[in-house]
Amino acid sequence: MVRDMTTDSPTDNSKLQARRSFLRGGLAIGGAAAAAAATSGAALANGDPNILELKDWNQYPGDGVDARPYGAPSEFEEHVQRKSVPWLTADPISSVNFTPLHELDGIITPNGLCFERHHSGIAEVDPSEHRLMINGLVDKQLVFTMEDLMRFPRKNQINFLECAANSGMEWRGAQLNGCQFTHGMIHNVMYTGVPLKTLLEEAGLKGNAKWLLPEGADASGMTRSVPIEKALDDCLVAWKMNGEALRPEQGYPLRLVVPGWEGNMWVKWLRRIEVGDKPWHHREETSKYTDLMANGKARRFTWEMDVKSVITNPSPQAPLKHDKGFTVLSGVAWSGRGKVSRVDVSLDGGRNWQAARIDGPSIDKSMHRFYFDFDWDGSELLLQSRAIDSEGYVQPTKDALRAVRGENSIYHNNGIQTWHIKKDGTVENVEVS
Amino acid sequence: MSKFPKLIVAAMAASLLTGAAFAGKYKLGREATSEEVAAWNIDVRPDGQGLPEGSGTVSRGEEIWTDQCASCHGDFGEAVDRWPVIAGGQDSLASEDPVKTVGSYWPYLSTVFDYVNRAMPFTEARSLTPDDVYALTAYIMNINDLVDEDFELSKANFAEQKLPNEKNFFDDDRSSSPVFAKTEPCMSNCKPEVSVTMRARVLDVTPEDDSD
Ligand code: HEC
Repeated sequence: MVRDMTTDSPTDNSKLQARRSFLRGGLAIGGAAAAAAATSGAALANGDPNILELKDWNQYPGDGVDARPYGAPSEFEEHVQRKSVPWLTADPISSVNFTPLHELDGIITPNGLCFERHHSGIAEVDPSEHRLMINGLVDKQLVFTMEDLMRFPRKNQINFLECAANSGMEWRGAQLNGCQFTHGMIHNVMYTGVPLKTLLEEAGLKGNAKWLLPEGADASGMTRSVPIEKALDDCLVAWKMNGEALRPEQGYPLRLVVPGWEGNMWVKWLRRIEVGDKPWHHREETSKYTDLMANGKARRFTWEMDVKSVITNPSPQAPLKHDKGFTVLSGVAWSGRGKVSRVDVSLDGGRNWQAARIDGPSIDKSMHRFYFDFDWDGSELLLQSRAIDSEGYVQPTKDALRAVRGENSIYHNNGIQTWHIKKDGTVENVEVS
Repeated sequence: MSKFPKLIVAAMAASLLTGAAFAGKYKLGREATSEEVAAWNIDVRPDGQGLPEGSGTVSRGEEIWTDQCASCHGDFGEAVDRWPVIAGGQDSLASEDPVKTVGSYWPYLSTVFDYVNRAMPFTEARSLTPDDVYALTAYIMNINDLVDEDFELSKANFAEQKLPNEKNFFDDDRSSSPVFAKTEPCMSNCKPEVSVTMRARVLDVTPEDDSD
């Protein structure tokens, strides 16, 4: 169903409710507003019309099975979408959009909301025509069909994928109002596939095999050099995400999973893995994904994603919509070097900190969900979160990062984010002293 | 792990003992033909490994560039609109506005050859011949003031060509930087006062929300 979503009010968007709106006459206001009015005490004499009046869904049968053979979210959730920042890139074919972190909970990112980054658009690959080749320093150069790959022993792994440029627009100071834009180049997915190690052993690594070059089948022919130690450790060649086939925009039918390392290395539409004895220094590890320091020198091979966290609610796109009182602060934390062992939250811009509550599974190189349940006194707040990983690394302040990296790095900005909560509950992206 | 692979291991060990060639534990997939490997194995390394036979001059490169590249990257690599800049930016890397180009930033020339060959022109990758790519690489060197107009690049002289910024790259050393201290962080009265120093709204670069 295609529907024009121009307002948040469910009432305006429901044809079923429209059918009955004459019954309510002058009371035909937004359902959410009516509910808020009723519960805040300023209600109608008799109570909440959402209770007093019969609802269509309570009276008339709805769609039967098979009306939605591949289910989609409720029409009231249609605003939950990936979004891009059009001025960022010259062309949507080589561009990025962002995961709506402020609309999600738990640790798994739904497949349709995982941010996209393409260098030459989405390759639409027919899996029956897809091949994976292993060539180079191996005993036997091999070619696999998708069917061959699915006959190898499988593994399931939940891992975050973060673009190294996530938060890159914030190096020079607060820019974008919304955690979707400041932190949304990340998703967290369960992958099913075969360990890369298994495939390499099948081909037989030669003694001087030190580096791999995974390559994509898309029109950018994406390549990155991956050291052999990582390949033999925890990399996966995956064809499923969250139980179903990879989405085309995530590399269908095959992608590389490089847990904890920058997203660019997770080559999509994976068609070839070359084994060599030296790195290739290709475009994505020289011109891009190298970190320029203030003195003009550049750090390369910065693969691991550092410990990081962000408060997703409240945040600029998800303001507090209630008066003072009990509320839930929520966010996500992750580290490319292990698990997140603790997240601290500050309400006063980093003067004082309290430990937040991590809830749900705590998995190596996966997103973690944290909550801080508190009674908001209605005053202005400067919210921050600070994650500490299982290696003992502490998420730094943005100023501490700038002191050692300058402002030209683009990549690997894991600094602490500050949200300014106003008395009216609206939220702004700010930087503090 | 299931028992199945163990059985295979046992079988493999047995076959190895009898002198059969190692064929992998699972015997899945098949051997790639040399034609197949050649068709896909186009990557080039700084030491020249992977370069095809061929050569191209700056002037031939200029012709192809004008025809197939300049509409996005500009006649001299200065870029049109927001398409990538390919030339210039020398001595800008330590400034507030670094311009990263082949001449100012890229460490290796092989990267130019490899990338243009696999990904350019943007809307029709893999359409250039090896001679075209040598010529374009020579032209990109020329607009970055690295070689004269009469220069010819070939497989034979490729490895001698160095880019000026190669020495300014260093391997990841983040773990030795001060922000990587594994110290127990401060929990209370961590700073005397806090003030807002910058607001995103001031820059006003947030994309419009549909619901606004
Ligand atoms: C339609 C516009 C367009 C045309 C025409 C085009 N390019 Fe590009 N070029 C791009 C885009 C876009 C990128 C960046 C792609 C990405 O980020 O993945 C790029 C990247 C490059 C880069 C790497 C730049 C960097 O800093 O990393 C080089 C070198 C390059 N192009 C050379 C060429 C050559 C040579 C041609 C002609 C054969 C050409 N381009 C034609 C759009 C174009």
